[in-house]
Amino acid sequence: MTAVKESDPYAPTEFRPKKVGFGRWVREHLVTFFGILGLLYLFAPIFVVIVFSFNKPKGLFNYTFTEFSFDAWTGVCDVPGMCDSLWLSIRIAFFSTLAATILGTIAAFALVRHKFRGRGFANILIFVPMATPEVVVGSSLLVLFVNMGVPLGQLTIWIAHTMFCLSFVIVTVKARLVGLDPRLEQAAQDLYANRVQTFFRITFPLIMPGVVAAAMLSFSLSFDDFIITNFNSGSEVTFPMFVWGTSKKALPPQINVIGTAMLLIALFVVIVGRAIGKRRAR
Amino acid sequence: MTAIAHVPPTGGTATPPPEPGRSNKLTPYFLLLPAGLALLVFFVLPILTLINTSLQSGGLEEGYTFTWSFSNYWDVWVDYWPQFLRSFVYAGSATVLAILIAYPIAYMIAFKAGQWRSILLVLIIAPFFTSFLIRTLAWTTILSDTGPVTSFFRSIHVLALTDWIGLTSDSRILATPLAVILGLTYNFLPFMTLPLYASLEKQDPGLLQAAGDLYASSWQGFWKITWPLSLPGVISGTLLTFIPAAGDYVNATFLGSMRESMTGNAIDALFLRIRDYSHAAALSVSLMAAIVVLVIYYVRRSGTEDLV
Repeated sequence: MTAVKESDPYAPTEFRPKKVGFGRWVREHLVTFFGILGLLYLFAPIFVVIVFSFNKPKGLFNYTFTEFSFDAWTGVCDVPGMCDSLWLSIRIAFFSTLAATILGTIAAFALVRHKFRGRGFANILIFVPMATPEVVVGSSLLVLFVNMGVPLGQLTIWIAHTMFCLSFVIVTVKARLVGLDPRLEQAAQDLYANRVQTFFRITFPLIMPGVVAAAMLSFSLSFDDFIITNFNSGSEVTFPMFVWGTSKKALPPQINVIGTAMLLIALFVVIVGRAIGKRRAR
Repeated sequence: MTAIAHVPPTGGTATPPPEPGRSNKLTPYFLLLPAGLALLVFFVLPILTLINTSLQSGGLEEGYTFTWSFSNYWDVWVDYWPQFLRSFVYAGSATVLAILIAYPIAYMIAFKAGQWRSILLVLIIAPFFTSFLIRTLAWTTILSDTGPVTSFFRSIHVLALTDWIGLTSDSRILATPLAVILGLTYNFLPFMTLPLYASLEKQDPGLLQAAGDLYASSWQGFWKITWPLSLPGVISGTLLTFIPAAGDYVNATFLGSMRESMTGNAIDALFLRIRDYSHAAALSVSLMAAIVVLVIYYVRRSGTEDLV
């Protein structure tokens, strides 16, 4: 940039001195200032969740900080029902992630690597559930289950979660597949690998990062879902359902411990994932 | 992927690779079958059942019969139009606020962060990792009547002003529309920030330099170059924020009061407590229809129809 200006005798360097520079300086720092304010807004609740996990509240509600203590951390499962709900959430998230990831990866492969009639319709069918408000998804499933006489419980939660995770898995894996050179798979077929061999030896290892990302996304979506679960859980209590139910009666600091632990585990997984990704890239 | 047939042979192959046989035509359908069936049976069929239920009349005791009773829609409109209106006003305000807050964040990460970029991106998603409900509950602590935030805004008379507009009442933030809007904005902010970042990050900073060389002020440069080029991000961010916000009722429950209840609250109550399925379904279908109409109108107006 500067080289061009120096060599160009008509460059108006003298005419645009500090004014533009000053304006730019102000704008740059204004943007950073508002950006940092925005980040503070984003982190304020996280900060509160972490700090209040070390609280020893006087009443039933963990709203005001009274005393620093590790009680909530050492006695996480002291709150009746909470750890059961946590365990249920983990199980449901695991099984819906498993189902959604398998079905979604296969579907994404079909959508990207094959051209066929009805592909546009299939893409719309996958997009629309993500663009539908959760209340509508949840309530429509409730109506279906009631009409078909399916008792609400773990099975219906699992079905609902698998369904709404599916679209997210397909979209994530598709993005990875689109960036994959089809000639790699062709080369394998040139070397007499059949389609199944090609998929498991070439395609799948190469799209693995996308599949893992999709699985992680779907686990966290399922684990954290409240609205859809609320309509389809019957009498089962997942962790978000537990928080919802208890929030009217009491708010023990153990809830904040779970929130903090989730954050730490997720950050750990992300950091490890990045490290592995970097090593693989080398 | 469409180019498979046109890629020149790599050479050296004695026998050509197996020709796509007749069965291959059906392969994609077999591969799509499980996921497609799951979506058809557990998404499309439920929506159709919901529409069917919304046109039924009857009660839990005598049973429901399909009677094309469009009166259900009229009934829910008469009873729940305030909730309906609130959903759209709150979600709209939250979306506008989210653009205002997310834009500087995305801009900063895309152009100013340098080596901090990837760390900041992880931090943007980090709030996602704590439970949605727990984060929203944390706002009740932050905005509590005796907390520093409320005291500060009360002391500089901002709350008197918002009281006057009707955003807050009785000089408190909790249990007012403002709290619900702030909660909605917060909860869906990453959905706005990430698409904005994606559309900003692609831009060539040389464009702005060129604008500067042509005597554009930085303000003009922003409005004539950066902003128009980031519009795809703004549009997808708006959709990703507005749609879930309009259907949400967790924020209205935790941060609002009965006066702030939204459509989601009404649907939840009608289905799970009152158990008036036909009216509940009518309200649910109305919400979805209103959102679909708004989204189509918005997407048409902004001229990007290739979002799907």
